[in-house]
Amino acid sequence: MSNSLDSYLVLSGFLFAIGTFGFLARRNAISMLMSIELMLNAVNLSILAFGAFEAALKTHAAVIALLVIAVAAAEATVGLSIVIAIYRNRKTPLVDEYDSMRE
Amino acid sequence: MTFLVPLIPLLPLAGFATTGLFGRRMGDESHRIAVWAVVASWLVAMVVAFGALTHTLGFGEAGAGITLWNWIPATGFHADMGFFVDALTACLLIVVTTIGMLVHFYSIGYMAHDPGRWRFFAYLNLFMFSMLVLVLADNFLLVFAGWELVGLCSYLLIGFWYPRRTAAEAAKKAFLVNRVGDMGFALGIMAIWTQLGTLNMQAVFAAFGNVPHGWQIAIALLIFCGAVGKSAQFPLHVWLPDAMEGPTPVSALIHAATMVNAGVYLVARCNPIFGSAPEVMVVVAAIGIFTAILAASIAFTQTDIKRVLAYSTLSQLGYMFASLGVGAWTAAIFHLMSHGFFKGLLFLGSGSVLHAVDGEQDMRKMGGLARKIPITYATMLIGSVAISGVPPLAGFFSKDEILGGAFKNGFLWVWAIGFVVAGMTAFYMFRLMGMTFWGESRVDPEKEGHIHESPPTMTRPLILLAIPAIFLGLLIGFPPESGLLHGWLKPVFEATIAAGGRTEAAYSFFGIDGVLAIATTALVAIAIVFAWRLFGVNVPALGLRAQPRPDQVRELSARRGLAFLYRGSSNKWWFDDLNNQLFVVWGGKLAAAVFWFDRTIVDGTVNGIGIVTTGAGTGLRRVQTGRVQNYALGIAFGLIAMAIGYLVIAVR
Repeated sequence: MSNSLDSYLVLSGFLFAIGTFGFLARRNAISMLMSIELMLNAVNLSILAFGAFEAALKTHAAVIALLVIAVAAAEATVGLSIVIAIYRNRKTPLVDEYDSMRE
Repeated sequence: MTFLVPLIPLLPLAGFATTGLFGRRMGDESHRIAVWAVVASWLVAMVVAFGALTHTLGFGEAGAGITLWNWIPATGFHADMGFFVDALTACLLIVVTTIGMLVHFYSIGYMAHDPGRWRFFAYLNLFMFSMLVLVLADNFLLVFAGWELVGLCSYLLIGFWYPRRTAAEAAKKAFLVNRVGDMGFALGIMAIWTQLGTLNMQAVFAAFGNVPHGWQIAIALLIFCGAVGKSAQFPLHVWLPDAMEGPTPVSALIHAATMVNAGVYLVARCNPIFGSAPEVMVVVAAIGIFTAILAASIAFTQTDIKRVLAYSTLSQLGYMFASLGVGAWTAAIFHLMSHGFFKGLLFLGSGSVLHAVDGEQDMRKMGGLARKIPITYATMLIGSVAISGVPPLAGFFSKDEILGGAFKNGFLWVWAIGFVVAGMTAFYMFRLMGMTFWGESRVDPEKEGHIHESPPTMTRPLILLAIPAIFLGLLIGFPPESGLLHGWLKPVFEATIAAGGRTEAAYSFFGIDGVLAIATTALVAIAIVFAWRLFGVNVPALGLRAQPRPDQVRELSARRGLAFLYRGSSNKWWFDDLNNQLFVVWGGKLAAAVFWFDRTIVDGTVNGIGIVTTGAGTGLRRVQTGRVQNYALGIAFGLIAMAIGYLVIAVR
């Protein structure tokens, strides 16, 4: 079981679903950023699983996964700094109170 | 001396500008400049008319044109600001400036107590300018400009006492009815342009023979349409009687002596056009003579003194058109001139009567005024005798010439109707005289005390107008058909008469002309005596004395056969009711339907598009909640939808 592509993909799907749920359901900006990381890593996991089970994709998968990690790191940095900047202005981490662009 | 010509209209224009701008501040002196401007214009016009009629002072036999500047220099179209003076113009100049000047004098007295007199004199000056532009213009476009300007002045002056509802409505009616005719005239001008490529009158007349005959007829009809509107001929005659709501000097000047003659002038001026379309000439004659008898029959029973005169004006204008239609061009202009003087006199006289009885216009509340206002009475009597056609006053010669012309040019039916109308004219004029001046006084007792003769500013113009009313016929129309006027107008109408192929039989007192004249005079005499029997007379100098017999009038008008005629006449043959039904009731319904279509369908479509757009905007605005997670949910659903779509396509 642990040696089949499906199990990795199922795990990846679960992780992605958890990340999505977290992003949609949590009101805290930090939690939402964490959920985004979870989704990114779920995708990374599926990419690496494809690389491990398909010989033709091996090197490509590794490169893409590294790229995703780098981008995710950059995204996390930028996202976190934005959240901190907003927090300093609004004194709240809750995104449903960030509504100055409404209508 | 042709350089004088532009001064004739410019002087009243300057008077209008000064009086219009500063008149309010001039107070009691506000009439001064206006009156002097018209007097100066009259002097210049007399010099010009003298030159044009005697072919001296630089005016040739065919007239003289003066081009001031190129008015509309568009590519492919141009119209000059230019004037043209020949004998016909000169005749009109004499009538317009002389009567205009006398009416200005008269108005000084008549409007003395009106707070808006500066406005009145400004309008009168503007009218003089417009009318003079109309008669002097050398191209159709400028004629049209003058044509519309006199219409405007007519509107302003009919509605001069605009707080009075009837006056405001009469002004509107006159303006609207005139528009109908003016539309035809405008189309006629356009048709001339498309056919000949020029609007200069002399050029148009010279080249008119080359126009296809169908177009000739169309152009003549359209121009006549304009004349029908301005000269108030059937079926556009309804505005003129209502126009009597204006001050009496206006009725005399605009609605009797000058503006309403514009149509006659236009047809006479366009004699080469009408000469090329003999079919239209018959229409002109028919409409003219029909209007003559229609209006005369209505004048029989009207009780408002000014309305009787208004219908009389319609009737006399009908005579002029009949005369033009039968080809008796000179007779029409002759009648235009003599009618201008005696009808101006009659109107000013009626104004003097109204002045005496404190504005009462109903002749049933007059009577016996002869002794109390002797100058007015004497001059009006002269006017009535003149218009009735009693020799040797002005009306006899001009009317006789029209009837003779109709008879000799083969229009027997025109002659027959005109003959009857001559008798009718005499009857209703002496009915007016009898009801107003003779018999017992029926004036309201409280007004009876202040009946007084008008001031000299008003009576002097009456006396001055009485002179041409008596002598004009003898002066310019004697001997008949070869008098001064015929010599003057010969160059104007010669070519058309020759082209018409009618040989002018010499006038002979002892031939057919004499018989016709005697027959007409006899009929007129019978009609006058008949009027005396019914409505009374009191001229001690001639030993004439009869009491009015209202009982006989009542008995006669109730007699079977006559009762219907009486009712028709007093209801103006129901033309106002017909127009009301046709244009106010049904036309109003049509307008309401169009209005509904515009409001609901046209506006509905436009507004509907707007409502849908704003509605969509309002709906979509809700989407912009400003919550990140709502957007993310949208993205998630979008992704899911795309994934499902991909799966569906891939699986299939």
